[in-house]
Amino acid sequence: MRAEAKLGLILLLTPLLLWLTLLILIPHIDMALVSLRERVGVGEYRFSFANYWTFLSEPLYLRTFLRTAVMSILATVLTLLIGFPVAYYIAKMARGRMRSALFLLCLVPFWVSELVRTFGWMILLRETGLISNLLQYLGLVDGPVEMLYNDAAIMVGLIYTSMLFMVVPLVTTLETLPDEVIEAGYDLGGNGASVLREIIIPHATPGIVSGCIVVFMLSLGNYLTPIMLGGKDSLWFTELIYSQFIVRFNWELGAAFGFLLLGLSSAIVWGMLKLTGQSLEKTMG
Amino acid sequence: MTPDLECLTLTKRFGDTLAVDEVSFDVPRGSFFSILGPSGCGKTTVMRMIAGFLEPTSGDIRIRGRSVLDTPPNKRPVNMVFQHLALFPMMNIADNIGYGLRRAGLPRDQIARKVDEALDRIGLPGIGQRKVDELSGGQKQRVAIARCMVLEPEVLLLDEPLGALDLKLRERMKVELKSLQAAFDTTFVYITHDQSEALVMSDHIAVMNEGRFEQVGSGQDLYYRPATAFVAGFVGDSNRWSGQVERVEGDALILRTDSGLTLRGDRHDRALSPGDRAEIFVRPEAIRIAPSAEDLAGFDNRLSGTVTSLLFNGADSRILVKDEGSTEEIAVNLPQSGEFAHLARGAQVHIGWAAAQGNCFAAGAS
Repeated sequence: MRAEAKLGLILLLTPLLLWLTLLILIPHIDMALVSLRERVGVGEYRFSFANYWTFLSEPLYLRTFLRTAVMSILATVLTLLIGFPVAYYIAKMARGRMRSALFLLCLVPFWVSELVRTFGWMILLRETGLISNLLQYLGLVDGPVEMLYNDAAIMVGLIYTSMLFMVVPLVTTLETLPDEVIEAGYDLGGNGASVLREIIIPHATPGIVSGCIVVFMLSLGNYLTPIMLGGKDSLWFTELIYSQFIVRFNWELGAAFGFLLLGLSSAIVWGMLKLTGQSLEKTMG
Repeated sequence: MTPDLECLTLTKRFGDTLAVDEVSFDVPRGSFFSILGPSGCGKTTVMRMIAGFLEPTSGDIRIRGRSVLDTPPNKRPVNMVFQHLALFPMMNIADNIGYGLRRAGLPRDQIARKVDEALDRIGLPGIGQRKVDELSGGQKQRVAIARCMVLEPEVLLLDEPLGALDLKLRERMKVELKSLQAAFDTTFVYITHDQSEALVMSDHIAVMNEGRFEQVGSGQDLYYRPATAFVAGFVGDSNRWSGQVERVEGDALILRTDSGLTLRGDRHDRALSPGDRAEIFVRPEAIRIAPSAEDLAGFDNRLSGTVTSLLFNGADSRILVKDEGSTEEIAVNLPQSGEFAHLARGAQVHIGWAAAQGNCFAAGAS
């Protein structure tokens, strides 16, 4: 009986273990090794930290790295600010069919590919796009307005792409807050702001943190949106990684960049968990 | 003295349905008032209107003589103990009790002192730092009451707060709630569907049905002198027959039931005349049981029949008796003196009761 149970467990775990080792563990070990070597001749390599040193000594790399981090944090904060009222409305105020309809509306943008979605934004925001034409038609501006290829356009694209991943965990946690508890908050003298601060937000913290982690990682690792909506001045760190691997064929530096990004996202997620007093088990479980 | 709480022709409609229909009552200061009714009768709606979570369609709510219709729930001098208590799980006990005081802007040291006082008063000193889910059901109950009472509300509303507790604890909490009410000397308005909770704790009880108050009175009034057929049927148990009035002499009347019995009853000043359809209610404990017909000579109603069931329930044990020539079973309480302890199914018994115990109401009233 015990042997059978053990066999069953092994069989159940096999796909997961294969996935973890083949797709995550082995490539990362290989990447780590690649990032820690330096090319000294044709087909000749030696162990060194040169790639990491290059990163630190080149201001463009460092600045792009920090900019990507700051922009991703900003995108996460903005997504939370926009997503929280939406989630609260869906979880606490909408009823029955209205509720499923709203949920569906959040999901609809994900039925088309990210590429098409981003093109949608380009149609709206470009110089000859809808918004520009509308503003000219209304006489608010004299000539065409270019709204693409800047940080604001990237931000809009990132928030749009991440919204669902913020709304879903928020709705799930807010749903578990009984209406009675909110009413008790008012009944005992609380107003809207204090009920939000003392009751709703503390209750929703696990959802807020898990939503933020997912949105932050998606933004940090996003490639398509910054490339298409951002301009020459709006470099994203993933673009640097791509160009090292594909354009420059410098796998060593690319791998080092990849590890730096991994380190950055881990550090910020860890910091976020520490700051809010949450643990990964609590927010993800 | 102005009553603590007055409701004047309070009405609430939800679309086409009339949830509360012109309910008027007042609750004297320091008393324990209950609204008793089956689920869906509108009692929660009344409570939520008093608390301020619902706006009445018409009518007025006054607290100590002042209308509170324009006062939002967080400013009303009433607090509510919710059905599932609604303690804040994200705070410890002291913060839960201190929540309202913090909202009122009291200084920190005063809050701490008041919270300690409240914890002493509910008999749970020193649990301030515990979490909500570390408490037992009865302790949570007391904390929920303390959380309201530190704010010294003029009226405390309780929305079936004992519903979630097990039977033994519920029995104990009934007594405890009553003594807490006396200790805090505050007006309690309690809603429940459990008649024993209402009867044990209340000074006054309103029986509510389909959005209206059927009767307001003390527990004894409701039990011994029900004003309507609904109250007679809802409060306590009753044997119930419907039939036609044959003769009326003063308050006494003779009723022929549809099952063929002729029963003597009492109309207690209610308008009933010969030929009217009527219902008669007789409580199981008002019926006397005897081994021979002679023992029951003093009673106006005498029947004999066979025991069809023995329903043993400790002090509240009953038998069901089927009368000869009738299809209905009559519930009769067994006296606790032990003389009928050996009664078995199929035994022949004689039962009887006084005409005054047979409460008659015009049929169709409920």
